[in-house]
This record gives sequence, C-alpha cells and structure tokens, in this order.
Amino acid sequence: MSKQNPTDRRYSRDHEWTKDEGAGMVLIGITDYAQEMLTDIVFVELPEIGKKVAKGESMAVVESVKSVSDIYAPVSGEVIAINSKLEEDPALINQDAFGEGWIVRMRVSDTAELASLIDAATYDLLISEEKH
Amino acid sequence: MNYAPHTEEDIAQMEAAVGIADVEELFADIPAKYRLAQLPDIPAPLSEQETIALLNGLSRKNILPHLTLTGAGAYHHFIPAVVGHIINRAEFYTAYTPYQAEISQGILQAIYEYQTMIAHLTGMEIANASMYDGASAMAEAAVLSAKTLNRSKIIIARSVHPEYRAVVRTYCWSNSYEVCEIPFNQTGQIDLDLLQKELAENVAAVLVQSPNFFGVIEDIAPLAEAVHSFGAMLVAAFTDGTALGILKPAGESGADFVVGEGQSFGNPLNYGGPYLGIFAAREKFLRRIPGRLVGATVDKNGRRGFVLTLQTREQHIRREKATSNICSNEALCALAAGVYLATLGKNLQKLAALNVQKTQYLKKQLLGIPGWKEVFTAPVYNEFAVSCPDARLVNEKLKKEGIVGAYELPKSYPELKNALLFCATEMVSKEDIDRVVDIVKGAL
Amino acid sequence: MELIFEKSRPGRGAGCIPASDVAAINIEAVIDRKYLRTELDLPEVAEVDLIRHYTNLSRRNFGLDLGFYPLGSCTMKYNPKVNENAAALPGFTGLHPYAGDEWAQGNLQLMDEMQQYLCNIFGMAEFTLQPAAGAHGEFAGMMMIKKYFEKKGEKRHRILIPDAAHGTNPASGALCGFETVTLRSNNEGGVDIDHLKSLMTEDVAALMLTNPNTLGLFERNIEEVSRIIHEKGGLLYADGANANAFLGITRPGDLGFDVIQLNLHKTFSTPHGGGGPGSGPVGVGKVLVDYLPVPRIVKTDDGYRWSEDFPYSIGRVRAFYGNFNVIVKAYAYIRSLGAEGLKHATQMAVLNANYIKEKLKPYFDLPYDRVCMHECVFSGSRQVEENGIHTTDIAKRLIDFGYHPPTIYFPLIVPEAIMIEPTETESKETLDAFCQAMIIISREARENPQRLKDAPLSTEVSRLDEVLAARKPDVCWKKS
Repeated sequence: MSKQNPTDRRYSRDHEWTKDEGAGMVLIGITDYAQEMLTDIVFVELPEIGKKVAKGESMAVVESVKSVSDIYAPVSGEVIAINSKLEEDPALINQDAFGEGWIVRMRVSDTAELASLIDAATYDLLISEEKH
Repeated sequence: MNYAPHTEEDIAQMEAAVGIADVEELFADIPAKYRLAQLPDIPAPLSEQETIALLNGLSRKNILPHLTLTGAGAYHHFIPAVVGHIINRAEFYTAYTPYQAEISQGILQAIYEYQTMIAHLTGMEIANASMYDGASAMAEAAVLSAKTLNRSKIIIARSVHPEYRAVVRTYCWSNSYEVCEIPFNQTGQIDLDLLQKELAENVAAVLVQSPNFFGVIEDIAPLAEAVHSFGAMLVAAFTDGTALGILKPAGESGADFVVGEGQSFGNPLNYGGPYLGIFAAREKFLRRIPGRLVGATVDKNGRRGFVLTLQTREQHIRREKATSNICSNEALCALAAGVYLATLGKNLQKLAALNVQKTQYLKKQLLGIPGWKEVFTAPVYNEFAVSCPDARLVNEKLKKEGIVGAYELPKSYPELKNALLFCATEMVSKEDIDRVVDIVKGAL
Repeated sequence: MELIFEKSRPGRGAGCIPASDVAAINIEAVIDRKYLRTELDLPEVAEVDLIRHYTNLSRRNFGLDLGFYPLGSCTMKYNPKVNENAAALPGFTGLHPYAGDEWAQGNLQLMDEMQQYLCNIFGMAEFTLQPAAGAHGEFAGMMMIKKYFEKKGEKRHRILIPDAAHGTNPASGALCGFETVTLRSNNEGGVDIDHLKSLMTEDVAALMLTNPNTLGLFERNIEEVSRIIHEKGGLLYADGANANAFLGITRPGDLGFDVIQLNLHKTFSTPHGGGGPGSGPVGVGKVLVDYLPVPRIVKTDDGYRWSEDFPYSIGRVRAFYGNFNVIVKAYAYIRSLGAEGLKHATQMAVLNANYIKEKLKPYFDLPYDRVCMHECVFSGSRQVEENGIHTTDIAKRLIDFGYHPPTIYFPLIVPEAIMIEPTETESKETLDAFCQAMIIISREARENPQRLKDAPLSTEVSRLDEVLAARKPDVCWKKS
C-alpha cells in the first residue's frame, strides 16, 4: 500500500508532487504511488542547476531495471537545487518519496501555475481510478 | 531435407486438436489471391549429401591463396585449436541472447571476462559486449558523441580505413551531421595543424585510427589535448587488435572512446564477416553507450552471478530514445576473442613483436628493389605503404604464384600513385618473403 | 565459478608463439618508446585449465541442442549441422575480403544466388546481404526510405509504428531523424484502420509493420493498409522478424510491402550464438532499388564482381560485404529444404503454435482468441489476480522442467504477456510435454505459489539481483 498523500502540497496528473516553500520556491518529487509503480529505482538523471524548464517539459529521468520514466516539470521555472544524494542512493525515492527522495527545488516563474495543480483529495481519487 | 519431425499421424491428431481438417485452413487470414501454390524458382530439395557436395563445389570455385599479404582491416592470424573447440560447443553457439540469466551464466561470465580483457587492452574503464564490426562501432561512437554534446559536426582523419569513413558518412548523413576529413602529412599521421584549424565549438568528435590505414602509429596524446580543448570527444580506432600487445592503448593517451575490429582475436577471415566490433569507453559514459553490457551481481543466496544490465539504454526499453538500435551483436565472435586472449595471455606481446619483425624484414627486402620507396616516415606496426614503378603489375605477378598481394592504395587514395599497402603477420615466413621478393624482382 | 583472472598464475601460459625466423630487431629501434605499452594484463593459464574453464562455463548455458526453446519472436528453430559443416569449409573461411573478385567467384556466386532466392521467396526486386543483423537491416531499410524522399524533394518527418512493435522499429526510425507516431491496435489485435486513416498524411514517410504482428496474428486488412499508405505517397516497411509464419505461403512484395528486413538467424536456421552474429538482409521493391547499400554484385561475361557504381546509394552500413559465413549457412538451408520444404516448415510452425494455443487455452488467459500464425500470446493476468503469481515466476519455474522460458512481458500491449513460438522443428511429443509442464505450473500457482516465486530451484545460481547490478554497475573485473 502506498503512503498517504500529504495535504501540504499539490499534485500533477503525471504523479509529481509540488510543495510550496514560499518566496516563489517549490520542492518537487514523485509520489509514493509513482515510486511503487516504477518498482526499485536504480538511477536518477538530474538536471543541471540553473536549467530553465517549461511546464510539461521533461526535467529529469528516473530508471528502474526495466523501465525509464521522464519526470515532467509540473510548473515552469528555473532549477535552483538538485537532490544530489539521489546520484549515490536512488533508493531514497523508494524509501521516502515525499521527504528525503525529493528531486529538485525550483524558482517558479509564474505562481499562478501552481493553482492548476490538483490537491491531495483529487489526487487520491485519480490514483484510485488508475488502480481499476 | 526436412527438419520438421511430424508424421502424418501427428499432423492428423494435431489438426483434430486445433479443430481443422487441413493445415491450409490456418492461413485463411491471408487474402486468397495472395496465397501461393508453390514458391517460384526455388530449386528442388537436396539430401544432406547433396547439400554438402553443392556447397563444397561452390567453395572450390574460390581460389585459396598460398599466402596473403593484404591486411587493410582484415588480418590472417593463427587461431589456436582451443578457440574452435570452445565456440563449437552447442551450449554456446545454439543459445539465444542471455536474457534468462539463471540458465545463461556460461556466456554471461565469458562476456564479462571479455569486457574486462578489452577494457585492459584498450586502456579504458569499460567495454561493451560487442558491436557488429569495427566500422559500425566507430560510427556509433560518432553518433553518441554528437548526441551527448548536442553538436553536429564530426571530423575524421583521412588516414582512417576508407570503408570505416564510408560507414561513418552513412550514419552521419542519416542523423544530419556534417562530416569533415583531415588529410595526412608526409609522416603518414593526421595533419595536426590542419586539425587545429578545423576544430571549433560545434565539433562533437574527432575520429582517428592507430595504427592507421597505412599501418602508421598515430601520436594520440597531442590529438587528445587539441580535441579536448574544444570540449569534443576523441574516438580512437584500431583494425588489428594484436597491435595492442605492444602499443600503448589510446585510453592511456586520453581517448574518450576506443573502438575497433576484433577479428584478429581468434576469428577467421571469412571473406569479411562475421567480425567483432569492439567498443570501449570512459566510465562516465556507462549509462549512454550502445549495445549490451554484462554486469556482476549476486543471487539471493549471495553467490556471484552475471546479468545483462543497464538495459534501459537499449531499444527494447527506451525505444525511439535509445542510444542505438542495436539488438543482436557478435557474441560468439566475442567469445572467440575472449578464449583467444586468455590462450595467449602475456604472449600477445611476443606475437605483436613477431609481427613487427616480419614486417620490418619484408619492408627492408622490398625497399632493396630498385625504384621502390617508402611512402611515409612515421613508425608502423604490421603494415606499411611503399611506392613502386608499377603497382598493378606487382600484384598480377604475385597472383600468378597464388599469392594475394598488397592492397592497391590508389583505389581509395588517388593521390598515392603506385603505392601498395603490405601486411606481414606471424603467418608469413622468411622463406615466403624471400620468394615474394624474387617474384617481384622478376616482374620488373 | 572462479573467473579466468582468478585462475591466472604469473608465468603460466597456453599459447606458444613461434620463434622468429627473421633477423631479431630491437622493437624500440623501430617504434618510439612513447608509443609502446608498459604493461599487459591478460590471464595466464595453462591450456588444460583454460579448456576446463570454458567447458564448465558452457555447462552453465542452455542451448537449443539441450532442449525446447519456445522464445516468441526469436524463432529458435533447430540449427542443422550440415550448414555448420558447409560454412566451415576452408574455401569459405580462408579468403581475405580484399582478395579480389577473381579469387572469390564461389563466394560471389553464392551471394548472388542467395539474393535471387530471397527475391523469389519474398517477392522483392532486389536484396542486399550487407547488414549484420535485423536491427541493422531496419536501419538500412529506413535510410533507403529517407533517401527516396530526399531524392523526390519531399520532406516527410514522421513514421507510423504500431503499439505492438519491436523496440528496434522506433529506434531505427529515430536514427534516421524520423519522429515516431504510435498506431493503435484494434480489438482483434490488428491495425486500427480508422486510427491509421487519421494519422496518414503527406508528412508520413512510412508505416513499419510486422506481419504477422507480435501477437502472432496476420493483418487481415493488409490490402487496405497498403492502399491507405500508398495513396498518400507513403511506403510500407515490413519487419521480417516473423517471416517464419508465411514462407512459401505468401510474399510481402505481393502484399504491397516496399521493403523488408530479414533475420537469417531466425527464419533461415542459422544459430544465434548467444546473441550473435546474425545477418539482416534487406529486400526492396523497384522504387527503392537505386538506394541499396554498396557494394552490389554485378554479373558480367567474365563472372561476378563487386561494384560501387550506384550514385543514389545510401552508401555503406558496415565494412566489407556482410556476415558472409552466416549467409553460407542460410544458403545451405534454403537449398536443402527447397520450395516444398520451406512451405512445409511454415505449415508445421503454424500448426505447432495453434496446437499449443488450443492446449493451454483453458489454463491461461488468451487475449486474442483467433487462429494464430507461428506464435501465440497468452497473458498471466489470471495468475496475478488469483494467486499473486507473475509471468516472470511462471517463466523461471519452466526452467526447472528443462525448458527455456518463452518471451515474457512482450508485446507491451498484453499485460503479463507470455509469448510462445514453438517453430516447426519440434515434435508433438515435445509440445505435449511442454504443455503438461505449463499446466502443472498453473496448478502450482494455486497450490504452492511460493515454489514459483523461489524458482528456478535447479540452477547453479538462483534469481539474480538485477537492482544491485544496475545501482552499482560492475562491468569489468578489478583486482581487489
């Protein structure tokens, strides 16, 4: 069973979470449901710091033994920090997708875009539909 | 011949089980007008005895030489008996790609050992499980460099094997990359000054070969320095792997990729194939290189075992985003290479030295003939270019004596008039060489 | 088992190099020291130990000569031994590729005849034998399509590829700069014609179609598919991976295909060698003949010769002429079977697949229940839902019964796919025993699921940690 989706953040339909840290900064990762679908993550290709990405554009790649998944930017902005611990220990995403397994910190170019993301309750509904 | 074991009774029982009266019914999805009564113009079946007689007859229409003095990308080396005994084991040659690791540990471990030997030999950290041949390995390295750096220009030395250059041009055309050739100088090496002028920020890779097509050893270290100062990749190729027995590997001199032809390692000439594409790289490219990779791991009881690994690079997972489309490779040729290298061990150095000695002797004897001159001045391994008054006449005379003569360089280098590219491996004896010189002298 | 490096002892060695019969020279006098290597780290083992090492390795490997190998899409048919003997004839193995055409008339005749036979079998205008494997052939085929439109002055950017296709298809297309667009399958497992119509525009260069497709199903609407593609000026590409389903029954050229790549190591019985070498000839219809790779064989009054004189050619895709020695084996195969033998082989291959399909249908889900061609695709979904057993567990358990597992998790459109291709060279008894094993496994899934999860139980190593292998890659041994 996947962990509860925290209510302090918003979600994309591609299974990324976005946590508003204030001052235009957001932390981004993939959901626990996503890591469960991917199974054991073996490698994370992180973007370069300073990279500008548009909403919906691939900004990182997560690999398991038999699959490759693009991580799409849930909002547009600039990459301010990356979780370089994932380079050594990609399993952090499997262990703690909502915490230690975060992927990038971004400066959002248009905070209005955050409103287009869905809340935890809607996301719960989305994944319960996907499971069936 | 018929290799299907079905008796008439089997067929009847199986048709009944499937619920059909005749096998023809199984093909009902094919529109009737496109179904054949019989294949046109295919000869009648043959028994095994007739088959081997037919093939024997065809093979005898070839003329087998007493001696081969051509190298130029394919080399006549001695193959130790053990190589054939191992690769003819049905457990190896009738197996599929080792996707089911538990019943494929044999080939997986053998390829892991091969990868290790190739990495050591080329002075690189990693090597893959094999590519089609040296030429396509080189082309793949060029494409990978361009994709990795997001640049679109490839520079290639004119001293690289002409067919390798052709293959690189084909692959680059299909990917819309520009290809530029750098001439050689009077030493036979790539002209470093001209290379420096051509280097720019849009160059993805510089492709060289050492020993190059003329047998000349390239000076890799200054090339690597020049190439790296523009952030480009240096791809160094070789066509006769035995040279690595004595020559400093390009990996030690700064190459980013070392690619080459591994035919010399225990694979027969076979009129050009199957051969063995070698692909070695710096460790930082591990997750990007084309082709299969075998990795060591453990089973659930902690026993060492081997698997095909990092498969997400490959087409069956990454599809259109894959580094390369390669699937089948040359595993059995890689197995032959592994057995060959394990058989020779450190004797590969002695073998390479022997090649140098034979070559130097042949060269000295030929240069003793009036009118024969050295074309290039830089050191060579087991091939060298000489010019003579009438190159074609030399080869015709040798042919009459059952000898495959030298490669005629004007075929691919019109600027090198009457130049011949000779090769002498350990298969050429002093007696052979003296005879060749006598024949050639008689030709003049 | 120890690695060859771990068996190495300084001073031991197998290969003995002959003494030099020419004047001894100091290497450094002819090659500057800066070009010479300082160490050579290769194993040092005695010949007997080397032979035992590799022989023991071979005993840890499952080959077709050991047992049934029902790998879908791979056509693991028996590799006739006479073909191996033919290919080992010194006349074929001993010639240098640059020996000159006069020395190689036997080889050239064989290759020329082989091309002709393939043209006749597949209904194409010309063949090239140059590509080294199927994917290499796909690449060559797609390049010819690219060149065709380039010469016509048309810019077409897209290719259509069905969702059930092999991964090599989109990868080969991408290498030619084409954007791949996925074409949906319909509920019969065939091409969704309406979807095809909506996607087919004048920006589409080709449809890459595997027929029969990877579900083992023949495209019933092939005439319409061909018409839709050609009406918009596109070309129809055939992935010939499944050619063992129609040899002698129908010809892709007659069905409207403009280009096809083959796999001699599947359809024409040459061994897979543990992953290669293969051989991937490409056949083309008249519209693409000008673009074939060079060199091509030309027949003259003086015999055969190689020619590069084809100005519109895509060029070379490899050095020399192809995997010649593999081609010899396939030539021997065609000649020994003849026209009737090839057709009979296809019929038996298709009968075998349908027989397995019918026998296993009660025990495993069959997502497309219609007559199949040379392979059938089941789904392990029932076992997942009812017993928590996955296809991989079923596959691993088959190993304990002495079989190589089928292809699994492919095609991607079938969940928990189990793709079985028996080929024509397997007897009814072999198929019965295999089906019996599958039935026992389906029962074990209910009664003793743990046994399946622990499988294989009979091998030298149990299931290996692929996650560890990918997280901490170790692809080269290092002295510890």
